[in-house]
Amino acid sequence: MLHLLATQDSGELLKGLTAVGRGIVYGGAAIGPGIGIGLVVGNAITAMARQPESAGTVRTTMFLGIAFTEALALFGFVLAFIISG
Amino acid sequence: MHHVLALDFPPVAHLIRWPNFWLKDSKYFAVNKVVLEMWLAVIVVGAFYFIAARRKALVPTGVQNIAEMAVDFVQNGIILQTMGPEGLAWTPFMLMLFSFIFVLNVFEIIPFLQMPVTARMALPMFMALLVWVLYNAFGIAKQGPWHYLKSSVAPPGVPKAMYLLVVPIEFITHFFVKPFALALRVFANLLAGHLILITFAVLSTALFTSTKVGAVLPGALLIALTGFELLVSFLQAYIFTILTAVFIGGAMHPEH
Repeated sequence: MLHLLATQDSGELLKGLTAVGRGIVYGGAAIGPGIGIGLVVGNAITAMARQPESAGTVRTTMFLGIAFTEALALFGFVLAFIISG
Repeated sequence: MHHVLALDFPPVAHLIRWPNFWLKDSKYFAVNKVVLEMWLAVIVVGAFYFIAARRKALVPTGVQNIAEMAVDFVQNGIILQTMGPEGLAWTPFMLMLFSFIFVLNVFEIIPFLQMPVTARMALPMFMALLVWVLYNAFGIAKQGPWHYLKSSVAPPGVPKAMYLLVVPIEFITHFFVKPFALALRVFANLLAGHLILITFAVLSTALFTSTKVGAVLPGALLIALTGFELLVSFLQAYIFTILTAVFIGGAMHPEH
């Protein structure tokens, strides 16, 4: 393995590692918001099913919650583009 | 060219960067496709509401009908839900914000344009800074500078010792993260949508030239994603506007 790394062109290696890093950054950033948005929407649906008359208010609040949670995943998405080898 | 699974995929910078064709040497005022689309959006939104308001029929038809639906949506769906009845004075601003961002976003799927203006950071950042100035200015005007600062960085009902931790976090959140995240939300969503559409378009083209039948599935997905991006355009315009309403409403009426 070390021999293989040593014989590789270091530019190529850097490119490959950059690509891996970008993948990890976005993948990691998507885990938390994925769970979070699931919780937000799931609980909003429960609330709407229990009290259909409050659906309008719940939907507005749900979109707000989604927007705040989703921002974290988007930070990761943008960071993945910013990383350069 | 990046090779992804033996496909030629253009680098990201090629997909969102357009050549300047007017005032080419100017550092800040060069005009490219994105700037032209921005001007087009201003004309489209302006003309739409101008035509809608020209003949104020009691029973609305056509353009007037859509415009009244938009006003109703902004008043009932956004302002009354977040700012209460006294926020109705903000209707013109919120309506313009919503319509303008929606048109900028929807250019993503309009044939021959197919580039959302909001996939470049400049305009979202400008609009977020405008909102930042507005909510700070109105917070200071309504509450006074000291009380506004206190109500925005020190939430009530926190144990005294915790303020050491809470105040710096709230300060950074309120004055830096909020406007940045507001701009980033619409920017990143539209950039991601643009990239996904291009990915499937490139895939469909490559499979069509090589196998013909293989392009059916990605082609169908491309059409479905175009519909999805219409939803995203609407949703992001809605979210930007509703967050603006929440920030301005929150600055004017702090939680006690």
